[in-house]
Amino acid sequence: MNLVIALLGTRQYVSAARIRATVPGYELDDGTERADEAFKRMFERDKADLREMGVPLETGRTSAFDTEDGYRIARADYELPELTLTGEEAAAVGLALRLWESAQLAGAAQSALVKLKAAGVDVDPGRALPLRPRLDSDEPSFEPCYAAARDRRLVEFDYRRPDEGAPARRRVQPWGVVAWHGRWYLVGHDLDRQAPRVFRLSRVLGAPRVSGPAGAFEPPPDLDLAEMVARQDGGEEQLVVVRARPGTAIGLRRHATALGPAADGDDLLQIRTTEPRRLADELAAYGADVLVESPQVVRDAVVERLTRLAAMGQPA
Amino acid sequence: MSAPGTTERMTRLLSLVPYLTARPDGVPLAEAARDFGVTERQLRRDMELLWMCGLPGYGPGDLIDLSFEGDRVRVTFTAGMVRPLRLTTDEAVALVVALRALLESPGLAEREAVSRALAKISAVAGHAAERSAPVALSVDAREHALAVVRDGLERRRALHLHYYVPTRDERTERTVDPMRLLLVDGHSYLEAWCRRAEGVRLFRIDRVDDVVVLDEPAAPPPEAHERDVEGGVYHPGPDAPLVRLRLAPAARWVAEYYPVEDVREVEEPAGGLAVAVRTGDLAWARRLVASLGGGAVVDEPVDLAAAVAGDARAALARYTGG
Repeated sequence: MNLVIALLGTRQYVSAARIRATVPGYELDDGTERADEAFKRMFERDKADLREMGVPLETGRTSAFDTEDGYRIARADYELPELTLTGEEAAAVGLALRLWESAQLAGAAQSALVKLKAAGVDVDPGRALPLRPRLDSDEPSFEPCYAAARDRRLVEFDYRRPDEGAPARRRVQPWGVVAWHGRWYLVGHDLDRQAPRVFRLSRVLGAPRVSGPAGAFEPPPDLDLAEMVARQDGGEEQLVVVRARPGTAIGLRRHATALGPAADGDDLLQIRTTEPRRLADELAAYGADVLVESPQVVRDAVVERLTRLAAMGQPA
Repeated sequence: MSAPGTTERMTRLLSLVPYLTARPDGVPLAEAARDFGVTERQLRRDMELLWMCGLPGYGPGDLIDLSFEGDRVRVTFTAGMVRPLRLTTDEAVALVVALRALLESPGLAEREAVSRALAKISAVAGHAAERSAPVALSVDAREHALAVVRDGLERRRALHLHYYVPTRDERTERTVDPMRLLLVDGHSYLEAWCRRAEGVRLFRIDRVDDVVVLDEPAAPPPEAHERDVEGGVYHPGPDAPLVRLRLAPAARWVAEYYPVEDVREVEEPAGGLAVAVRTGDLAWARRLVASLGGGAVVDEPVDLAAAVAGDARAALARYTGG
């Protein structure tokens, strides 16, 4: 603390020896090697702590006569710039930060809140808003994946797709972590497949390993993380026509277009889908209330599912 | 290595003097403790430490000075610590990403205000906000329904809902007294007192097909308590029956999606997973198993397997017979 105040208060670079002599808390120079060692250790640790906190500690020499590097903190780089928010804007910030409540960046969100309050912004989360947003998640691999994406370092992990029995090792240049529909995904460039890939964090086994230097790659400039996750299950659109008994398949009708009555009094419905397999799952679950007219592949897929279901409960 | 919490405390100490500087009339100690997310005791200890900090020279006029009047505290000498430290990358990311998410969730906050706040925060976050953010939040919501629900909440009016119940495949109509909006696992929910069910219910906004604000005031009865959604919105009672399933690899997602217990790997089917789901609603389980199209084998209850197979046979008859 005193170190920060002392270095903020000066334009000159201050040498380590001078810091040792003036800032209380350091082992004073009594000529012994032990005292020198103790000072060095503590000073190095303090510098590391300050840098970790984001204090812009500069090293340099004030004049050509200085024999060693000194330290200073430029006030303009240290201080949070002026920030004035209206009541509504501050409420929005408070509300936004609550999105992190009990989520991974809760600590950073809390310290950001403290800094804004220290800057005189009256951020009162949830004030006058009868809302309680929250993004739930408890994903142990978030932290290393997020840090790797932030620092642009390589990350490696074992990954198990639900349709594959054995996990496989993946090496990824992480572009970012995305919460999409309540689940966390890692988006990045898969080095072995030489292509962009989306990974669900809950399918990562064990602790991901972060390796290599920081800044090892550059994400694509027009990257839209959420869009990449949304697109991963997209495919070509198909039109599916089904017959549904009147008054049934309410859920299906919510995303279907009514085509009028069929000859037998059933309702004809048309559904657009990019995921025919998922639609077949849904259609099969409606049982005898829904009959697929076309296309044949979807009809076959539903019959296949029903056949498997019909065999259930019977000895194999 | 420094002791855990050292940089956290240091960060707090650096913010404390600017915080007090911004409040020249002083601030109640309890309020300050709340703002910093620490106990009053901890805050007092922090302040005792601040008293020993100041400008080189460290004489009476160089040290940070605080004064207490009753339970209020204010700063009388700042030693040059007037502004908080800049935002770190993580702090900037937390702010910018959350504001972007809010911007994309219409109905949660005033869009214009969020947009202006985002611009201002990005400007002070500097380089930390310029890089493409390493994290994104995407929140889905039905724009119209959410806006109407929010309006009802703010004006404290009852709502009339057309609500789709997927477990029974029904569209229901009901009048509710709204209590709050929640965001759990990426979905927006309205928590409300349902006059029809005479209980507190959660309504997922994307299942609200229509909603209107009524003229009558919202009046949840005293027994309407907010639910604990810490572990998700789905809380089956401990006595609810267990449904035991064996999931084929293609159906393993069920274990990620629903709260399951007794999870273990099984040989049959190959690469499969045995799970137990507690549910008070066997109609839901029947639909779930049917929608897995044979990807799940029901071990318990036996009736459930028979019911699903019976439904499937009836459906097959339509295909083969017609």
